[in-house]
Amino acid sequence: MKHTVSILVENKPGVLMRVSSLFSRRGYNIHSLAVGTTEVPDVSRMTVVVDLPDKPLEHVTKQLHKLINVLKVIELEPTASVVRELMLIKVHAEPQTRSQVFELAEVFRANIVDVTTDSVTAEVSGPPEKIAAFEDLVRSYGIIELVKTGRIALGRGERGIKDRQLRAAV
Amino acid sequence: MSKEITGAQALMRALEAQGVQHMFGIPGGAILPAYDPLIESSIHHVLARHEQGAAHAADGYAQASGKVGVCMATSGPGATNLVTGLASSYMDSVPVVAVTGQVPRWLIGSDGFQETDATGITVPVTKHNWLVMDPGDIAQTIAEAFHIASTGRPGPVLVDIPKDVLQAKFPYHDASPVDLPGYQPKTKPNVRQIKEAARLILEAERPVIYAGGGIIAAGAGPTLQKLAELTGIHVVTTLMARGALPDDHPMCLGMPGMHGNYTAVTSMQRADLLIALGTRFDDRVTGKLPAFATQAKVIHADIDPAEIGKNRRADVPIVGDARLVIEELISALQAEFGKGATGDYGAWTRQLDEWRSRFPYRFTQPDDGMLKPQFVISRISDITGGNGIYVAGVGQHQMWASQFIRFQRPRTWINSGGLGAMGFGVPASMGAKVAMPDDEVWCIDGDGCFQMTCQELATMAVEKIPVKIGIMNNAHLGMVRQWQELFYTERYSQVEFGWDIPDYVKLAEAYGCVGLRCESPDEVDAVIEKARGVDDRPVVIDFRCDPRENCYPMVAAGTSNDDIILGPEFETDHETHGDTLYSQDPPEEDS
Repeated sequence: MKHTVSILVENKPGVLMRVSSLFSRRGYNIHSLAVGTTEVPDVSRMTVVVDLPDKPLEHVTKQLHKLINVLKVIELEPTASVVRELMLIKVHAEPQTRSQVFELAEVFRANIVDVTTDSVTAEVSGPPEKIAAFEDLVRSYGIIELVKTGRIALGRGERGIKDRQLRAAV
Repeated sequence: MSKEITGAQALMRALEAQGVQHMFGIPGGAILPAYDPLIESSIHHVLARHEQGAAHAADGYAQASGKVGVCMATSGPGATNLVTGLASSYMDSVPVVAVTGQVPRWLIGSDGFQETDATGITVPVTKHNWLVMDPGDIAQTIAEAFHIASTGRPGPVLVDIPKDVLQAKFPYHDASPVDLPGYQPKTKPNVRQIKEAARLILEAERPVIYAGGGIIAAGAGPTLQKLAELTGIHVVTTLMARGALPDDHPMCLGMPGMHGNYTAVTSMQRADLLIALGTRFDDRVTGKLPAFATQAKVIHADIDPAEIGKNRRADVPIVGDARLVIEELISALQAEFGKGATGDYGAWTRQLDEWRSRFPYRFTQPDDGMLKPQFVISRISDITGGNGIYVAGVGQHQMWASQFIRFQRPRTWINSGGLGAMGFGVPASMGAKVAMPDDEVWCIDGDGCFQMTCQELATMAVEKIPVKIGIMNNAHLGMVRQWQELFYTERYSQVEFGWDIPDYVKLAEAYGCVGLRCESPDEVDAVIEKARGVDDRPVVIDFRCDPRENCYPMVAAGTSNDDIILGPEFETDHETHGDTLYSQDPPEEDS
C-alpha cells in the first residue's frame, strides 16, 4: 500500500542520504521523493511516497524519528490532503499532429513550454491520476522523454504542520 | 577574548570535559595532530595494534563500566577498520564515541590518499555521526556526541575531523548545553499503560518476565529483582541480559533462545503473558516468529519506540527507561495489592520447577577422556564464584559461557550478541579490564575467534593488562562445524583449523604473555588457579577440547521454539554409564 509521508528535517549536509539510506536498509520501497526548503530557513521538507506491501506505516515513521536530523514526521491521508505532481513531457508532434497535442494540453490545462519542428514539450501539473491520464493520452504520438517532480503534498485546512510548530521544532 | 588554540587541543579539552579517562586507538596521517596534545592530556591512551581491537575495546570498556567507550583512528583504513566494532556496538546498544581523522578539507572528494567517506560508511552502524568542517564546532560536536551515545537507547557515534581542522587555530569556547530539537528521548512511561500492564499481570496465570539488555543499560537489575520477588514472576535473561538477575536467584530461569535452556524457552512458549522489558524480540530468541509464544499477551516496554511492535504486536506498549518502567509498575502493583488484589501463579511455578529439575543444561565429562568445554567453563565459573567479568567471542564457546557461568551481577557478561562479531573477545576483555582494573576478567574464547584479534595480546602485555584468556580450542570453527554436521549431512567444508598451528603457548610467550596448556580434566583446576595467580600480564590457556562436542539445547534456525532439540544427553540414561554426570542443580524453591 502506498503512503504519502511528510518529513521535516534540519537543513544540513547529508540528511537526504540518511533518510534514503534508512529506507533502503530497512527494505522500504520509495515510490517518489521530493525535497525543498520551507518558510523556515533551517528546515527542509521531504515528501516521500513509500510502498509498504506488508508492514504498517508506523514502522517507517518510528525509524525516521530516530534520525537525529528528523524533526517531525506526519502521514498525509489522501482524503485530508492536497497532492500534486508536475511533469515535463516531450512528445513527437509533426506539423499535422501538433494541433491535436495542443488540444489535449488545453483540456488538461497543460502549458506548452517548448515547440520545435517535430516535437512539443508540455508542462502538466495536478493530482498524480491526472498526470498519468495525460501521459496515456499522448503516448500514441510517441513520448521522446519525460520527467516528474515526484509528489508533494500538504494537509488540508487545519491539518498539517503549521509555521508555529515548525519554528518550535528548531 | 578567549585564547587561540588548535582544533586538536580543542578535541582533547572537549574529551576531558566529558570525563574521559581512557581511550583506545592508533595514530596515522590524518589524525596525527590529535596525538600531539594527547601527550599533555590527562587521558590515558591505550595503543591498540589494530583499529578493530580499539573499537571492540571501547565496547568492552563501556559494557563493563556503563561509561562511554572512546576509540580513535586515522582516516581511510583506520576508519574502515573501526566499522566492525561500531556495528557490534550498534546492534548491542553500547555507548561508544569514535573519533577519526579525515583528509584535509581541500582534498575531500578528490580520492586523496587514505580518504574514505567515514560518515557515509558508518551511517547504517551508528546512532549519528558528524563531519566537523569548522574547528569552532569541535567542542560542541563532542558534547553532542557523548549526549547522543549515552542517552535514550545508547549506541555508537562517530566524529570525523579533517586534518586541517585539527591543525587550525581559533578562539576556543566551551560547548554550550546540548539542545537537539530532533532528539528528545522519552524516559518516563505513560501512567495509563502502566496501569493496564499491572491489570494484565494480576489476571495472568502463566506470566514470564522477558528481560533484555535494556535492563543492564538502564541499571535496572536490582529493580527487576524487586519486581520478580514482589510478584513471584520468573525471569528469563537473554544473552544481552545475563547477570541482570543473579543466576542463583530462585526466580531466574536463565537464557532463552536458540541455545537457551528448556525451561526458559518453553516458559515463554507456554506463557499467557510476556512482560518484555528492554528487549527487542530478536530472531535468536523467538525462533520462527509466527510460532512464538502464541498464547501470550505481550507487555512490551522499551526506550526505543521503534522496537515496540517491530517483530511482535504489543498488547500494552510502554515507551520508557526500563528502570523507571519497573519502578512505576511496582508502585501500581503495590497499590493493587493494597486493595487486596493478588496474582496466583502457583500451578505455573510448580510447572517451571518441574521443567527445571528435568531439563537442566547437561554434559558428560569422562574422567579420562577429552576435555569438554562445558566442564572447563563450569570450573572457571565455580572457582571464580561467578564474581569476575566474563567476556566471550562468538560461537559455541560463547553459548556455553552464557549457559554455564553463574552470573552474579549486571555488567559482568560481555559479548557481541547482535552482530556476532568473531574476534570480539580478546580486545573487549582488554577494554573491560581497563575499565574495571580491580575485577578478575576472563575471556572465554574460541580458537577461531582468538586468531582474528590476538594481536591485542601485545597491547595488553605492554600495558600490563592482566586478562585471563581461556581458549576452548576444539581445532575447528566449532559452531559452523556443528551446523555442517546437523544440516549439511556431515559434509565438513573449510572448518578445520587443527590443534597445533599456531602453538598458542608459544604465541602467548612471543607476545610477552604467560602461555599454558591443559589437555585433561584433572589438570583444569590447577591451570585455572595458576592463571589467577598472574597479575602483571595476560595469561593464555590452550584448553584442548573435544572437537565433536555440540552445543545444546538448540532450536534450529527458522524452526519453532516448540521443536527445541535437547541433544544426546537426554537420549540415553547416563546413570548406567560409569561417567560422571554434571548438571546444573535446579535452584532452591522460593521460600
